[in-house]
Amino acid sequence: MIGGYVARRILALIPTLFFASLIVFFTIRLIPGSVIDLMLSQNDGSASGLPRAQLEAALGLDQPIYIQYFRWLGSLLLHGNLGNSLWTGTPVMDEVVHRLPVTFELGAMALVISLSIGVPIGVYTALRQNTIGDYIFRTVSILALAIPGFWIGTLVAVLPALWWGWSPPISYVSLLQDPVAHLVQLLIPALILAMASSALIMRLTRTMMLEVLRQDYIRTAYAKGLPVRTIMARHALRNALIPVITLIGLLAPLLFGGTIIMEQIFAIPGMGLLLLEAVGNRDYPMITGVFLITGIAVIIINLLVDLSYGWFDPKVRTR
Amino acid sequence: MASTPLLQVRNLTTQFGSGAGAFTAVNDITFDVNAGETVAIVGESGSGKSVTALSILRLVPTPPGHIVAGEVVFEGIDLLKLSDAEMRAVRGNRIAMIFQEPMTSLNPSLTIGLQIAEPVNLHKGMPWNMAYKKAKELLERVRMPDAQGRLNTNPHQFSGGMRQRIMIAMALACEPKLIIADEPTTALDVTVQAQILELLKELTHETGAALILITHDLGVVARYADRVCVMYGGKIVETADACDLYERPMHPYTRGLMASIPRLDQPAGVRLVPIIGQPPNLAQLPPGCAFNPRCSEAAERCRRDTPNLMKAGDGHSHACWMVPHG
Ligand SMILES: Nc1ncnc2c1ncn2[C@@H]1O[C@H](COP(=O)(O)OP(=O)(O)OP(=O)(O)O)[C@@H](O)[C@H]1O
Ligand code: SF4
Ligand SMILES: [Mg+2]
Repeated sequence: MIGGYVARRILALIPTLFFASLIVFFTIRLIPGSVIDLMLSQNDGSASGLPRAQLEAALGLDQPIYIQYFRWLGSLLLHGNLGNSLWTGTPVMDEVVHRLPVTFELGAMALVISLSIGVPIGVYTALRQNTIGDYIFRTVSILALAIPGFWIGTLVAVLPALWWGWSPPISYVSLLQDPVAHLVQLLIPALILAMASSALIMRLTRTMMLEVLRQDYIRTAYAKGLPVRTIMARHALRNALIPVITLIGLLAPLLFGGTIIMEQIFAIPGMGLLLLEAVGNRDYPMITGVFLITGIAVIIINLLVDLSYGWFDPKVRTR
Repeated sequence: MASTPLLQVRNLTTQFGSGAGAFTAVNDITFDVNAGETVAIVGESGSGKSVTALSILRLVPTPPGHIVAGEVVFEGIDLLKLSDAEMRAVRGNRIAMIFQEPMTSLNPSLTIGLQIAEPVNLHKGMPWNMAYKKAKELLERVRMPDAQGRLNTNPHQFSGGMRQRIMIAMALACEPKLIIADEPTTALDVTVQAQILELLKELTHETGAALILITHDLGVVARYADRVCVMYGGKIVETADACDLYERPMHPYTRGLMASIPRLDQPAGVRLVPIIGQPPNLAQLPPGCAFNPRCSEAAERCRRDTPNLMKAGDGHSHACWMVPHG
């Protein structure tokens, strides 16, 4: 039953992804300044010396755009090939697969941090509604939502250097080289990324807990003699977290947007940096590939979110 | 009765709010419940029945509610003096409660097996697998078909009547000495109501548990209760043995309630006589007897002095100036 459901969901993704690829494929070519202009303006590049027409032909850009699209789509469907970078000639798929884990790691770290900050504080503020603690956390959460991440990110990157001559590590250390240094390096951007999302999670958890705590079944739990701790953990939190799970699905694209900026500020070679470079270079296949893979990742996360409802909310399971 | 009652409620007073908006929902009430007996509390909506029940278990939402005076002596111990932990050991264990809304009183995301096994695990220290076995037995006792198969299902698959059976199983889990049922059948179909009440009567009888049955249906009282407390505006205005109350209702409010129930010996088509007027606003009770604006027998004194419960015969008391006592 659950297998059939997943299969149906995945089938339903195909048209979505098809349209997404179509839109990305066409719109990126609308960015002013084509890749050919860029290449011709750089005399030292690999393409130097070739006349414009030849360059276009070599890159396959002389064809009408819909032909280009179907070629791209054909090789994707038949060979799982996303094309090659216009500049370096490396397969887009290799590049993306190489970069995806870091971005995913950064996003996942931010999400874990947001949940482990947002949920407990949300519960705390609901239990202490309208006390000083509640008031302070609510105010802080508004601040966290209002302050842009890139601003904090820039400050964190620049101020310690000015004040103490210390700056966050700039040269990237991979997980295999030195796991600890790697995690420490990702921690600061992950914390900054988590700022806004933990505030959102906290506020939603608080609202939902207040709602759940008014329910009759909570009174039943008290009437059984259960201690508050058990009532929260077993009876309240699970019901209160159902909308929070939905929020996680919605946060996924937001966090990805955030990682692009953090990767740039903290020089982390993930999908975000790849995308920025690709856009700067008008590397069309690379841009399309990054968007497509990101889109698939976001959709998979949302699929997982939907599946987890079954665990949280039994009404969904039997449907 | 020679032995001391199981539960002695003395001068219990519960208020809501503070300052100008404060009102007394339960006003200086006193009653006893003996071991194994069924005491009904009847009264119109808002008369303070639920707040009385919640006050006994100290479950009144605070704020806005506070128990401001009185004693709730259960098995010789004043519950109002217990620590929170001691009180938790009473709830669901020695005293269990069944609520009015079976559709919302069970947790939608937990299995009924867990919800019934929970008090057994908590109070009897039974490991979960044993507690689940007990839960299955309890479901069989409330005549749930396919009890074993139902343990792992969630409440939304059950009808209101079935859910109330589950609530009863949960209440019986630790073999409490007292069960408080707050309008356990009001939300159910008429045919199901009788089944649930019969079940409750039978099971309390088997286990020897006393029952406080809150209802606004005097027909239910006649069939199931040993004794009755009639509440009006947060006070008990009359209390008597059930039969006695039916034969000799004394307080004008009780007589009004009696007149408003359909009787089998009444020719069909005879109009019921409801009590005229609105239930009182607790924040602005009239001086004197709270019932005086609606009472056809009200006199000068009723608007000046507040009557308290006074004996009017064997086990029969009422709070009315105009009806003879003794
Ligand atoms: N949590 C609360 N906050 C404020 N007022 C309350 C609260 N609970 C009950 N009250 C008030 O206390 C009074 C008594 O209410 P209670 O629920 O005991 O009535 P009841 O006799 O059980 O009526 P019903 O038959 O409708 O259940 C009412 O005026 C009600 O508005
Ligand atoms: S005391 Fe007076 S007003 Fe109150 S019930 Fe008796 S007769 Fe009526
Ligand atoms: Mg009530």
